[in-house]
Amino acid sequence: MMYEQFKTRAEGVSAEVYRFVTKDAALVWLIEFLHREGAADTPQTSALWAECSFLDGMDRDALKDVAGLKFEVTRELAAEAKFGISQMEWALADTGSLAQNATAIEQRLVSSLSTIHIALVPTAGILPDMPALLSRVNPKENAYIAMITGPSRTADIERVLTIGVHGPERLVIIFVDELGGAI
Amino acid sequence: MGTEFKKSIHKAVNDANLTGALGKFSEAYKINRAKAYEGIDFEELRGRIADLKSYAASHLEELSAQFTQNAEARGAKVFRTNDPAKVMEYILKVALDNNVKTVVKSKSMATEEIHLNPYLEKAGIEVGETDLGEWIIQLAGQTPSHMVMPAIHMTKEEVSDLFSKEVNERLSSDIPRLVKVAREKLRPTFLAADMGISGGNIAVAETGSIVLMTNEGNARLVTSLPKIHIALVGIEKLIEKYADVATILKALPRSATAQLLTSYVSIITGQTPNSDGSMKDLHIILMDNRRSEMAADPKFKQALQCIRCASCLNVCPVFRLVGGHVFGKVYTGGIGTILTAWFDELKKSEDIQGLCIQCGACKDVCPGKIDIPDLIMELRRRLVLEQGVPLLQKTIYAVVNNRKLFHGMLRAASIAGKPFTSGTFIRHLPLFLADLTDGRSLPAIAAEPFRDRFKKIQQPKLKERVVFYAGCLIDFAYPEMGESLVKILNKAGFEVVFPQDQTCCGAPARYNGAYEVAEKNAIDNIKALLSVDAAYVVSACPTCTVALAHEFISTFESVGQTEWMAKARELAGKTVDFSTLVKKLVDEGQLSLKEGQKLGAITYHDSCHLKRTLKVSEQPRELLQRAGYEIAEMFECDTCCGMGGSYSLKLPEISAPILQRKLRNIKETGAVIVAMDCPGCVMQIRGGLDQDGAAIKVKHTVELLAEQLDI
Repeated sequence: MMYEQFKTRAEGVSAEVYRFVTKDAALVWLIEFLHREGAADTPQTSALWAECSFLDGMDRDALKDVAGLKFEVTRELAAEAKFGISQMEWALADTGSLAQNATAIEQRLVSSLSTIHIALVPTAGILPDMPALLSRVNPKENAYIAMITGPSRTADIERVLTIGVHGPERLVIIFVDELGGAI
Repeated sequence: MGTEFKKSIHKAVNDANLTGALGKFSEAYKINRAKAYEGIDFEELRGRIADLKSYAASHLEELSAQFTQNAEARGAKVFRTNDPAKVMEYILKVALDNNVKTVVKSKSMATEEIHLNPYLEKAGIEVGETDLGEWIIQLAGQTPSHMVMPAIHMTKEEVSDLFSKEVNERLSSDIPRLVKVAREKLRPTFLAADMGISGGNIAVAETGSIVLMTNEGNARLVTSLPKIHIALVGIEKLIEKYADVATILKALPRSATAQLLTSYVSIITGQTPNSDGSMKDLHIILMDNRRSEMAADPKFKQALQCIRCASCLNVCPVFRLVGGHVFGKVYTGGIGTILTAWFDELKKSEDIQGLCIQCGACKDVCPGKIDIPDLIMELRRRLVLEQGVPLLQKTIYAVVNNRKLFHGMLRAASIAGKPFTSGTFIRHLPLFLADLTDGRSLPAIAAEPFRDRFKKIQQPKLKERVVFYAGCLIDFAYPEMGESLVKILNKAGFEVVFPQDQTCCGAPARYNGAYEVAEKNAIDNIKALLSVDAAYVVSACPTCTVALAHEFISTFESVGQTEWMAKARELAGKTVDFSTLVKKLVDEGQLSLKEGQKLGAITYHDSCHLKRTLKVSEQPRELLQRAGYEIAEMFECDTCCGMGGSYSLKLPEISAPILQRKLRNIKETGAVIVAMDCPGCVMQIRGGLDQDGAAIKVKHTVELLAEQLDI
């Protein structure tokens, strides 16, 4: 129910929403997506994956065979990455928003400098609304709380809605049931 | 009004790009805003916002201290000052101490308020705006024309010319391409910047957090990439509780751009790590700049409830014609007028306060529940106190305050006006009805005013009595409306009493800031209208009704008049507008209209004071439908007709296009009659249609109903 509401709202602001039961299924889809969208080891085509619980227990060496994929997040690499992958812990059903503790700079680099941001989200992290989020996330323990609702947008030229100004021009959201929740 | 100011208005209303873009936006905005608020109890929501912001405004000192303590506990440096000069010195010092060469900024009205950019640039620091609209404006060397959409006045062709110069390449005017150019051009600037400067949408005292909202994602980069971050926050952004962030986030994006939430929201609490492992050098400046003084002012404290959504601009019928540049360089529109008077100086608001037509559209949508029109009236009052009334107006008010002289002159005008009469319209009227506007004919002064005609009306002997307050327009221009009212109320079993000592309601004086004149008018009317024992005092002019029911009291409050206050309240309690009274009488079975009539389609225009102050809109519609009319609703039925009393005489260049838009909307319904409850609107719209030549009758509801009484 909350998932459906989230999906409708998020798609309403041009996000792309997918859902998988297992981490493996999500991973297979993600690798296929990167391949399809042209991830490669050439400049401006790389993918950066920021540290997150989805990667716990994963064989990262095996993933390093995926063309263009890197796990080392630096400012320089982020500046030239096409894809940024990060985990967002929460989703808000009533506005189609994602939220995370983005205190670690790597989380912000991959989600703000990339052209396509891929967000992995535990399905159990879906909350009804903003008050539910704020009651769970204490700013004194989360120095930089980041919320993302759809891709970067502007209407500053002739009020024409245009996607992708300073942030990503695509936001791909992948819910993973198996990921549990951070609640 | 100053010549320069008049010139800037002339330039704006003749700028087709500006009025076209703003006009289209304002039409779409109303629809999208309503959609964004679907399922939300707006009154409840804004009640909460008003409460929490009002609490904050009463506790600025405590909340500032609490904020400082909590933010500093997490490594931020907090600097509090009342003085804009100190803000600039502080920022420059941080920049020089850290060898800062370049700064990137995300949108901040507070930095505009103190003119920070030129100050830093003079010191040799490069300052780059990163919000797309602000960047366009910066490249063009202009100032923002709207608080949320700074470059709304520019076309894509103009933007493409600017960008072409910037990147040394001839660009087309394809908007997605232009946006991509901005992204590519600004990205290296972000990465190279030594310092980021942001504003703050909210500052939370109990946690020391600042909240930043953007759609483009530039605030995320400004607060993440440079090693130094300075947030300049006006202290009116303080709220006490962290949980209340949700309350403001619910309203701000919906009211600003009709979004459920902006693309990005960041809540920053203290220092965060930089990419090289060091910690961010975070400075938060809490700027007062007269906000505390404002909080101590019983009237203007309310203005601190503003959350800077700019919805008062978006619904303003005047703003969509003139845009922001007319208002000056920083804050624009309704709230901007008030902020300019305080953050700059009262005198700076002298011209711009006159732009407000007092239609009340902004008050209806303000998420901070600020009575913006009332605060603008208060500015007017204080300006008049400070500078006095211009001589011509003084003469007029001296006349208005002497009923016999005033009415004598109106009678004289009915004769003097004769030679110029063409049909029922003349080219000139005396007093504040002088200086005609183009595009509208004005009515002749009636040969015999209502007060004389009334004496000749044979009323049946009836038990109950009602006092009729006619107001100047019905008395001297439209006496037939008064006769219709008598006919209807007689039918309902009321004898109508018309105290001859009633005079002008004082609205013209009050709306021009001359409260002492309005006070005298109020006292004269109270004496006259309470001299007769009656159940109701009824008026068929909503502006007069508002004066009797609300403004006598508030005028007395403003000037400290206590002697007549109790009587003013007594009168207010008895006062009722025509349609509300008649609807009640019909509902109670005291009055019946002819049954089963099919009178065809008419359209209805909602008058500002009736709809938004008296909250009456369904009553006249139901009565007209019951009489047998079908209502064909017009687009923007409750948007001002541009009359605004003497407004249409002072600012005809604004009033005329507002009227033209209204006429277009009326004509598009195809109805042959347009009904309304206000003689002022009748004067404006009838005059407009007369010049236009359209065969549409303009009628007061009272006239239409009088024809349909059951015999």
